[in-house]
Amino acid sequence: MCSLEKRGRLFILKLTGDGEHRLNPTLLDSIRSAINQIRSYQSSSNSVLITTADGKFFSNGYDLALSKSDPSLSVLMDAKLRSLIADLISLPMPTIAAVTGHASAAGCILAMSHDYVLMRRDRGFLYMSELDIELIVPAWFMAVIRMKIGSPAARRDVMLTAAKVTAVKGLEMGIVDSVHGSAAETVEAAVKLGEEIITRGADGHVYGKMRETLVREVLLYTIGLDENGSSGVRISGSKL
Amino acid sequence: MCTLEKRGDLFFLTLTGEDEHRFHPDTIDSVLSLLEQAKSESTKGSVLITTGHGKFFSNGFDLAWAQSAGSGAIERMHQMVKSFKPVIAALLDLPMPTIAALNGHAAASGLIFALSHDYVFMRKDRGVLYMSEVDIGLPVPDYMSALVVAKVGTSIARRELLLSGKKLRGEEAVALGIVDSAAQDSAEGVVEVSVSLGESLAAKKWSGEVYASIRKSLYPELCRMLNLTANNLATHNV
Repeated sequence: MCSLEKRGRLFILKLTGDGEHRLNPTLLDSIRSAINQIRSYQSSSNSVLITTADGKFFSNGYDLALSKSDPSLSVLMDAKLRSLIADLISLPMPTIAAVTGHASAAGCILAMSHDYVLMRRDRGFLYMSELDIELIVPAWFMAVIRMKIGSPAARRDVMLTAAKVTAVKGLEMGIVDSVHGSAAETVEAAVKLGEEIITRGADGHVYGKMRETLVREVLLYTIGLDENGSSGVRISGSKL
Repeated sequence: MCTLEKRGDLFFLTLTGEDEHRFHPDTIDSVLSLLEQAKSESTKGSVLITTGHGKFFSNGFDLAWAQSAGSGAIERMHQMVKSFKPVIAALLDLPMPTIAALNGHAAASGLIFALSHDYVFMRKDRGVLYMSEVDIGLPVPDYMSALVVAKVGTSIARRELLLSGKKLRGEEAVALGIVDSAAQDSAEGVVEVSVSLGESLAAKKWSGEVYASIRKSLYPELCRMLNLTANNLATHNV
């Protein structure tokens, strides 16, 4: 399902196995509990999270076969992913997605919900597939898209042509931060970046708060905020 | 005035005649009803291409018609501004990809009309984009500024478009990210690339309803102003 490794001050969360890493309730719970584990570590005021995956897929999105068999499960998966993304956004440390394979729809949203997106050049694409498979895109997905893709033309290309965005194209469009030769090199680069960030020594709690304000609109859609900008559901134990 | 023609999957909305294609209550009504017709006749794989004849795509509202009413000029301007809003809404709501093939100049509401399409192609050699309001001394209606903000990404580009009074030629418009391309040296060339894009989009056989929903969800502020819903549970999760 997913594994969590601690390497010095780095946390590496990996979606394990050769499958499509479809975001079904079980995997979402598994990822969430890994994040909870990360939060519980003492030294997490100066850490970095790297999220990556085994195999051909980063994540191919929601488990659509599951939601076909039981429509209430699509509501459940959506709710769990919303919570997970809100959790990632309030995480008191920088986050890096080392995209080592295809990231589609909800899987693409998961990747883009990280502060940095590093991707392999030789394989895989970012793909908001909804137009191709006739799925309505939830409003909160669009909030992530608007926060992470700056150019209106790029947003149009991603959402209204269902573009299969390779790493190099993603770099051009400003979605991907850097491109690397292979899956292993991408993870290596993520580790290197993570270590550089840690060396800068910024306080993770301050970082997390700043990120929340930067992507506030996404939080509005995922967990709801009141006018004071504080959420009713406080996920992180803030030091401030 | 304007015509709607269907050739295979492609709808062609053409502003006919060699005049400035100014928007006047009658033209606004015509365009609106043709868009409604395209919507009702749409199928999977439909695409709209909008173009014009002559030197102008559209030079904006019919100010002469407004001024001819003397003291009633302001009332007539308000009328045109108000009745034009549903045209923009209809384009954003249209269940098919839309392409503006600019044969010539697009100014003020004519430019807004162009930018309301998903893709905008203009000529390299001729034709300018011109938000004339700052020069004429007219305020820009809120839904028009909202459209510029939605479609034009950088503050520099928005300033050049709305505040500078500049007449932007193709190359500059592309550099500012306002149009998709300005590579053709003729009106026919612009239509040709539009048709080419149109055919490749048509071949996807997308559901128009899903397409329109995703398009609207790209521009939530603008859609709120135009009373359009994206039908994607666009309420905050409180």
